[in-house]
Amino acid sequence: MLDVSQQRITVDDLKPKWFDFRKNGKMWSSLLILAVIYGWSIRETGISLPALVEGIPHMQDFLMRTFPPDLSILSKLMAPTIETIQIALLGTTLAVILAIPLGIGAARNMSPYPLVYRTCRMILNFLRATSELIFALIFVAAVGLGPFPGVLALGIHSAGMLGKFYAEAIENVSKGEIEALEAAGSNKWQILRYAVWPQVLPEFVTVNLYRWEHNLRAATVLGLVGAGGIGFELMTTMRLFKYDETATVLLVILATVTVIDFISTRIRMRVL
Amino acid sequence: MIEFKHVSKVYANGTVGLKNINLAIGAGEFVVIVGLSGAGKSTLLRSINRLHDISEGEILINGKSITAASGQELRHVRRDIGMIFQNFNLVKRSTVMRNVLSGRVGYHSTFRTLLGLFPKPDLELAMQALERVNIKEKAYVRADQLSGGQQQRVSIARALAQEAKIILADEPVASLDPLTTRQVMDDLKRINQELGITTIVNLHFIDLAREYASRIIGLRAGEVVFDGPAKAATDQVFAEIYGRPIKKDELLGVEA
Repeated sequence: MLDVSQQRITVDDLKPKWFDFRKNGKMWSSLLILAVIYGWSIRETGISLPALVEGIPHMQDFLMRTFPPDLSILSKLMAPTIETIQIALLGTTLAVILAIPLGIGAARNMSPYPLVYRTCRMILNFLRATSELIFALIFVAAVGLGPFPGVLALGIHSAGMLGKFYAEAIENVSKGEIEALEAAGSNKWQILRYAVWPQVLPEFVTVNLYRWEHNLRAATVLGLVGAGGIGFELMTTMRLFKYDETATVLLVILATVTVIDFISTRIRMRVL
Repeated sequence: MIEFKHVSKVYANGTVGLKNINLAIGAGEFVVIVGLSGAGKSTLLRSINRLHDISEGEILINGKSITAASGQELRHVRRDIGMIFQNFNLVKRSTVMRNVLSGRVGYHSTFRTLLGLFPKPDLELAMQALERVNIKEKAYVRADQLSGGQQQRVSIARALAQEAKIILADEPVASLDPLTTRQVMDDLKRINQELGITTIVNLHFIDLAREYASRIIGLRAGEVVFDGPAKAATDQVFAEIYGRPIKKDELLGVEA
């Protein structure tokens, strides 16, 4: 590091230089490009303050109509709420089952062949790049309306996320333990079981629980495309302009997510 | 019997690891390999169980070429060779018992080991191994709860449970304090004498090498520059192996 105190500082040095276009041409041209991108984006997306201000009465109207929430439908929401939790649970489980082989294949230190490694990486990238809602649309078309396409959608998309995490966890395992097992005449599966597995276990549990929480939140909107759960109720009440019922649905979703987050945190603390 | 026949190793970047090594190490010997860091000690040791591949020559273990072996055959040769590492290489989150049992993994089918089903004789073998290094009472403690010296003894127990006929120890005491160093070296020596396990140890402490070895092999720049009984390895010999007079920090300096 330069020791500034050792240098001779002149008055010239203290003058700010950043606005000097000749000296900071790169900075100024990047700022210009950035400004153009922003300007273009604002125009194309139709961002407009007047529209927002004009919309305020409508929002006010919406909020007024949600109040008070119609709690009489609570009993009717029981079944879809449980269904949502079940979709999240089964979706996450499916994701774990799919992600384990993909994650092992995508871990540089455990993948048997470069081709397997690249293929697994590619599959994981594809699964991650496609949102669960798109998968839900596809599966609704394939297997019909209901919670089952929801489970498939969450399972497939989450497998992409989980597989990536597993692969990284496996790559971070310390090399020495693998070497010790190798030296004792173990094969690749045995190395995975006795050197890798115990080391990735805490991360495995944590990541899966986080994914379960995430999938619960995702499952609440799957109903919008007909893939079961409480999202379907949300959409119905809004279509019928029963905003007081919409408010109740939102409250139920909030409560469920909070409870599941709490449970998941407790499990994590117990396991680690 | 371990035989090196014209063994050379050149790394991918052109560094010469081993240069035309010819050695024969008999059953039951206690060999200490000495040399400066980078002289090829670790490469030599790791070529015996083929954690490192060699570029030329052949290594025979009881007449069988490990250089030519692959797959199942290689794993079976490795099963007879226990290895002790500088950093112990125990799975820290697992219990001592599990770590010792991991030495048995090579004896069983993949399916059986994936389920973690070790037969009863294995458990007894593991217990005996722990008893031999005086650490039986720690069997169900997590490995990361143990001190460095205790962890190294667990890794010796792992090699014993493996029923290894050869033990390779790569700088086994480099991360230990002088007192624990002696305990671990004593364990290795005792096992060598009581069970007749051929033991090859890399060391950088000169006095320790002289005290424990029955035979010392000196390496310099990948070549064997000394091979003889421990008694013959005088300070003069060490100065030649190192290419300079020996320094104070190359002596452990604690007498038994």
